[in-house]
Formats: sequence, structure tokens, C-alpha cells
Amino acid sequence: MLRSKAFSLLKPIPLMSGQSNLAYKFIRPAIASHGHCCHRRSVDYRQRYKTHPGSAGGRTISAPQTKVMAEEELPGVLILDIGGTHGVLENLAALLKKHFRLITMKEFLQNKKEMSKKIQAVFVFECRPIIDRELLESLPNLKVIGNSGVGVDHLDLKMISSFGVKVTNTPHAVADSTADIGMALMLASARRLVEGCQIAVSPDTKYFAVDWLGVEVTRATLGIIGMGSIGYRVAQRARAFDMRILYHNRNRRKEEEEAVGAHYCEKMEDLLQQSDFVMVVVSLTPETHKLIGKKELGLMKPTATLINISRGAVIDQDALVEALQSKVIRAAALDVTYPEPLPRDHPLLKLNNIIITPHIGTATVQAIRMMAEEAITNMLAVLNGQPIPSEVFPK
Amino acid sequence: MCGKIMGEGELPGLLVDEIGGKHGILHGHVAFLKKHFYLITMKEFLEDRKRMSKKVQAIYLWWHKPVIDQELLQSLPNLKVIANSGVGMDHLDLKLVASFGVKMANAPRAVSSSTADTGMALLLASARRLVEGYHIAVSSGMEYSEADILGVEVTGATLGIIGMGSIGYKIALRAKAFEMNILYHNRTRRKEQEERAVGATYCEKIDGLLQRADFVMVVVSLTPQTHKLIGKREMELMKPTATLINISRGAVVDQEALVTALQTGVIRAAALDVTYPEPLPRDHTLLKLKNVIITPHLGIKTDKATYMITEEAVENILAALNGLPIPSEVLPS
Repeated sequence: MLRSKAFSLLKPIPLMSGQSNLAYKFIRPAIASHGHCCHRRSVDYRQRYKTHPGSAGGRTISAPQTKVMAEEELPGVLILDIGGTHGVLENLAALLKKHFRLITMKEFLQNKKEMSKKIQAVFVFECRPIIDRELLESLPNLKVIGNSGVGVDHLDLKMISSFGVKVTNTPHAVADSTADIGMALMLASARRLVEGCQIAVSPDTKYFAVDWLGVEVTRATLGIIGMGSIGYRVAQRARAFDMRILYHNRNRRKEEEEAVGAHYCEKMEDLLQQSDFVMVVVSLTPETHKLIGKKELGLMKPTATLINISRGAVIDQDALVEALQSKVIRAAALDVTYPEPLPRDHPLLKLNNIIITPHIGTATVQAIRMMAEEAITNMLAVLNGQPIPSEVFPK
Repeated sequence: MCGKIMGEGELPGLLVDEIGGKHGILHGHVAFLKKHFYLITMKEFLEDRKRMSKKVQAIYLWWHKPVIDQELLQSLPNLKVIANSGVGMDHLDLKLVASFGVKMANAPRAVSSSTADTGMALLLASARRLVEGYHIAVSSGMEYSEADILGVEVTGATLGIIGMGSIGYKIALRAKAFEMNILYHNRTRRKEQEERAVGATYCEKIDGLLQRADFVMVVVSLTPQTHKLIGKREMELMKPTATLINISRGAVVDQEALVTALQTGVIRAAALDVTYPEPLPRDHTLLKLKNVIITPHLGIKTDKATYMITEEAVENILAALNGLPIPSEVLPS
């Protein structure tokens, strides 16, 4: 894959609704953004949505068998690119090719007349290609947008729906990897792992101080905000560390509660006040935007740690900076920020009681493959008029 | 002043290396210790040997200090017990100490959870390339590609635990929640019930474990038998996609062989909470490799665990001084 200069070229580009942005995809400088992120959009499409109640269960997602067809007969799927900075990884392209005729954005633009009719699906990988009105208007046979990943806050669900196009996501493929990252961040922050690594290799280190301590995870209290399938898996893992688990969710989940010994907190305030670790695992909607702000941070214990594996915008970042600087909370660990990546002069990057990772929630060889397979399954279901495992609806 | 006014001579004397400082007893523990003992630092002892030597009935080793040698043992006629902070006893000459009729105790209960947590923290950090990711996220102008951040899956992977004592078993309990497939190798096989509780499969030969594991976690005590337990041969048996995690003692892994294995892709990566020596010399090759993370012996370094260790040590010391069975006595093998 090509390397790209990540941060020096970062410029926010305001996007006005209705403005054509097809050209902008090629003019703007290449910026590495390896995450499910929409860092430069000032118009955002955060919307209410719910996943279809008929979402298929089970962890293993495998792309269904299709009979061998000549490439031309296969339904066309639009992708941004193969390889390159933001393109689909080579091995994923190979998976897609088994079921679809792959059409890159470049090929589409070079031959719109012929290509536009062939495209029945768009595979959105790491938020690309960007789906706007102009694109939708130019794809008369488009039936489905298959998103790789579970978050769809980068998609204008209402607008897409108005074109009669369905949207699907990949909730099953992401759950375990994302829960694992939540646990990794909690443990790394509690035990000061990143700081420790720096001490271990620093040329100035002469000895390891014995009064250099972290905080205990075993038997501590974990408060999970958002007990969906990812939050539940976090609870399952945390239970093995003898953690006391509290959770706050739109709806109470009695069965799951019993299975992991979690206590429901109807009021988020109660969870915040009692937790040693607060993990945010919600989807980004208008209701969850800045869910954790100054008030919520103030309710947390001064010894507590905040972990965010949702979306950056769920936390009021300015309030977080202040809380970390004045030790209102002990520390934070973020796999997601707003934007991604943060501007290089952002105060969050200067604090020593924070860990930030570049949205690696599903960054494993296996998870990326599973997401592609789940997206393929969903797209084929739409095209074949079969029940759709993970359709996402505007509210 | 406390309720019962006791002359300092009435509390048994407890020798410690120092209070505070680089390696000293944590300040937060002093009040608790003073409830039960008359604290004597090595400095105070050396300044006034004649008077102090008879008072010392117990020694509390904090991070392997003070060093216990023949001379010290000979100068403490009333010494009854040495309590170690932590579980490893490889820094003590157990036979020598026993020859003076002095009992020894470690603190296994207090350390096991925190050390197991450290093992899991390292496993996850290495698998998901957390430290590399952090540097990418916060550094200015750093170029990176997908290949730089893609890690390997933990859920559903195979974990091979070498040494299934109380720490190893707690690791198995945690790993099970990640749906990991658990193999283990131990001097003695655990009870079937215990194996079933964590879904662990016994590997009588270490080779079988090494060949099948995606993550190899070493959780043994350092003895002559476990010295360089993991060397060139063992690493070559491991999968090239596997990760080695060491939370035992540095000397359990052949460090030179590890450098070679990491440089040539014989194994994917390593995560070491312990090295030999600690810290490593600043020019050591291990510090330069991208596919290894080294932590400064995090083991039990939490507020709660360290306090529990002192509590456990005090419990052992008081038992010894009162002629009662010592909860965590360690005998020379």
C-alpha cells in the first residue's frame, strides 16, 4: 500500500449540502485516515437510525456461494479504489470480485454513461466513497449501500432512503474486535502501559522506580454506557477480571444483565459516580452527541478513567481537555476523536494522562475480512430479494 | 500517641532497606507497619549495630532489598522470619537462610490478580499494536499505511500458558472470557475440574503447545530448571504469526535468541514485563526492535496490590513471631 503523509496536509473542508464534491475527491491531498471516520465534514449526517429487528444472529459470517458467472454478468459494485491510500485492500477486492463486477470511482467517472447503469451496489470502506445526492442521482440502478463497519453516522440515511436505496452495516463482524480494543485501552490506561514502555526504552532510565504505580483493574467497578452487542461483550470480558459491572442503556437488558452479573443504572449519573472505569460504547446519534460533557466528567470520581470506543463526537473534547488538565478525572483512553486524526496542535495530544489510538477498533486482518464478508452477504441479500441480515433504517 | 502507650522496645523490630526513595517501602504503608512493628532501616541498623541487632526479629524485603547474605544473617541473633514482597524468591539463598533457623514467606495471594492483569494487558497491547498506534496518533507528520496498524485477533485465538500456577490460572480465567482456546504446560497436571472451568487442554510436552499457540505466555518461577526455558529451539517451534509474552523473570527467556527470532520473523512479536537485567543496558538491541514492547516490571505495581502485599507479609511475619503456622511459608526445595 502507498504511504501517505498523514497530518501536515490536513485541512478541514466545509461541505455544503447540494455542493458537488465529486471533484473534491481527487483534488484534495491524500491524507491517511485509517479508520471509520469522517473527519472533515462540517455538515454531518448523524441521524436517528435503528437496526432491523430481524438482524441475523451468530458470529460467523461467510459470503454465500454464487454460481460462477462471467464477470460482465455479475452485478456491478462501486468502490473508491483498489489499494492506494483510501482504497479497498487487495485481498478484500478479491473477495468482492467473486460476487460482483468491481467498478472503481475512476472507471465510473471516465465512462459514466456505460457504468452508471451497471452499478447496483456501493461498498463503503472506511467511509469512502462519499455518498452524496449527485452520486445517487447518477446511479439509476443502485439498490444498496453496503457499509463496512457498524457506525453509519457518515451516511445521510434519509436522503439515501428517498432514492429507494437500502443501507446495510456489519454489526456482527465488528463486535469482538471492538470489545477487545475497549479492554486493551482500559488495561493499558490503568496500568500506565504506554508510559511504562517509554520509561523502559528511554536513554535516561537508570532504574525502575518502585513507587511508580498504576491502578487496579481486578475487582474495580466498570460502568458501561451503551450495552449493545459490543458493550455486552465488554461486560463478558470484564467479568473475568472480577469487575463489578454497571451499565446504562436506552433499554434495560434483563437477560444479559443476569448472564454477566451487571447492574442496570437507569440514571447515567449513578453510573458515573460509582465507576472506576467508564467505557462509552454507544452509536453516534443526535441524542448521544456530546453525551459526556463537563457535567458528566464532574460526576466521575477523580480516580476514574474514561474510555471511548464509540465516536469522537460523543464526548465534548474541550470539556475533556479541561477535566484531564485539572485532574477532575485520572485519565482517558480514546480510540476515536473528532476529527480523526486530531490537528497536530490539539491540546489532547499534549496531555500525559491520555492514550489515543488511531481508530484501530477493527484493525485486525481477520476483522476486516469478516466485515467485507458481512457486507457482501448483506448486499447480495438485497440484490436477490432475500431477507437482509443487517439493514439500517432512518428513524 | 496511641491508646496503649508502648515503649519502643515492646514491638518486635522489623528491618527494612529504606523508607521511600528509589527502592524503599512505600510511604503509604508505613503507618500500617508501625502498628505492629518497630521499624528499623538499614541505615539505622548500620549506625547502631550493637543496639539494633538484637531488636530485629523480622525482615521485610521490598523489591529484593535488603540483600540477605551470610554476614547479615550472622549479625541478627533474634531474626525469626524473612517476608518477601511478591512471590518470586529467586533472589534469596533459601538454603542459607534456613540454615540459620530463619523462616521465609512470600505473598502469593496478593500478587496473582495484578500480575494476571499485566499479562493480559501485554497480550492485548501487543496483538492490537496499541503502542505503535499511540505513536502514530500523537506524532506529528508521521507517515503510515494500513500495514502499520493492522494487528491480530485476540478473540478466538489460541493461548498457550507455560506455568499454570495461581497466576497462570487467573490468566486462563481471563482469557476464557475472550473465547480463547487455552493450552497449558505445567510440571504437574491440574485437576480435571480446574481444567474444565477454564476450558484448558494439558500439553504434556511443551512442543505441542508451542506449535499450536497464537500467544505463548510464560508464567513460571525462575529456578535452575526454568533458566532459558524459552530458547532458539522453542521459538522456532512457535508459529511465525505467534506472540511471546513474558511475565516471569527475564532469565526464563534466552534474550539473544529472542533478538534473532524477532529480527528474522521467526515469531511475530514479543511483550516483556521482565528482562535480564532490569533495566536493560540502554544500547541493548531489544530496545530498538519495533515488534517488541517492554514494560518496567509492571507486575504488581498498583496501589491496591502493593498494599495487599504488605498486608500479606505482615500476616506471615506475625504468624512466625507468634509460633503459628505461616500462611505462605517457602521452604528450600
